[in-house]
Amino acid sequence: MFRKLCLKAFPKALWVYHANCGACNGCDIEIINVLTPYYDAERFGIKLVGSPRHADVILVTGGVTRQVAPALRRLYEATPDPKLVMAIGSCACGGDMWFDSYNIWGGADKVVPVDYYVPGCPPRPEAILYAVAVALGMAPKKVGKKVQRDFPEFEEPESKFMKSA
Amino acid sequence: MFKGKAKEALICFSNPRVTLKYPFEPQEPPDGFRGRISVDVEKCIGCGGCANVCPSRLIRFYDDGDVTRMEFILDRCTYCGRCADVCPEDAITMTKEFETATDDLEDLYIIQELYMGTCNRCGRCFETDNWIDKIPTRRNREGRNFVGPAMPHVQPIKEVAK
Repeated sequence: MFRKLCLKAFPKALWVYHANCGACNGCDIEIINVLTPYYDAERFGIKLVGSPRHADVILVTGGVTRQVAPALRRLYEATPDPKLVMAIGSCACGGDMWFDSYNIWGGADKVVPVDYYVPGCPPRPEAILYAVAVALGMAPKKVGKKVQRDFPEFEEPESKFMKSA
Repeated sequence: MFKGKAKEALICFSNPRVTLKYPFEPQEPPDGFRGRISVDVEKCIGCGGCANVCPSRLIRFYDDGDVTRMEFILDRCTYCGRCADVCPEDAITMTKEFETATDDLEDLYIIQELYMGTCNRCGRCFETDNWIDKIPTRRNREGRNFVGPAMPHVQPIKEVAK
């Protein structure tokens, strides 16, 4: 019962901890921009805190570098349950154009489980606010997987790779 | 001093609220904003130019018999717009869609399948149908934003003769 109460109270006031894992500072500026009075994420009870032990949400920016990956792992373990991880920016979502570099893990989801992805390079402050709204259940998801063809549906065309194999 | 305070109070009262009402009201991004790409499957000819220029290498082409399968894995898209610039048929366009937050990365995929002919000599796919229909809709070569001539290393014959 206590656990249910905790889960119910969880989205009322999210305290966020901002972890820069090798970002170029673009996404970090947008996150700070969201907390200013113009976009005002504090009206949803969102507050930036200085320690992961006080936080409910970890905002990961940057395509996690090799040096910072163990620190991110420890930071995730230090955050009390229940917790959310949001990957902000294309780097944290999939590694951007450094996805196969030797010193980049290529995305936050390679190191910690990620709940929400906010692609963009950097994402607009509105996009981050929208992600918060989706996480709090105030707005529906707008994107979906697209599968498009320029020929009508018919039986599967014979594959040449399958024949040779 | 009192005058300054009065002026300040006037400014405060004339602008009572600066905060955007964003998540409750829609917000239109400014002109020239590059959001998520959209691919028109009817215009696409499967040339692969977008896959060549993409800096994140997120566009993949697979030739599978008569069908070319294209995958746009937009989770690591930089929104540079080079694919839209290079597309000869203007099939790829940058939309203003920025609300792409999701809890599943597969929501960001665009998967496209084109029916193409198979070359008898090399066995690769190429676009066959509708070429004659497409010719009048194409723009002139002069109107396009070419950086330079198509083959700068090939000298014209006259200059070589001199």
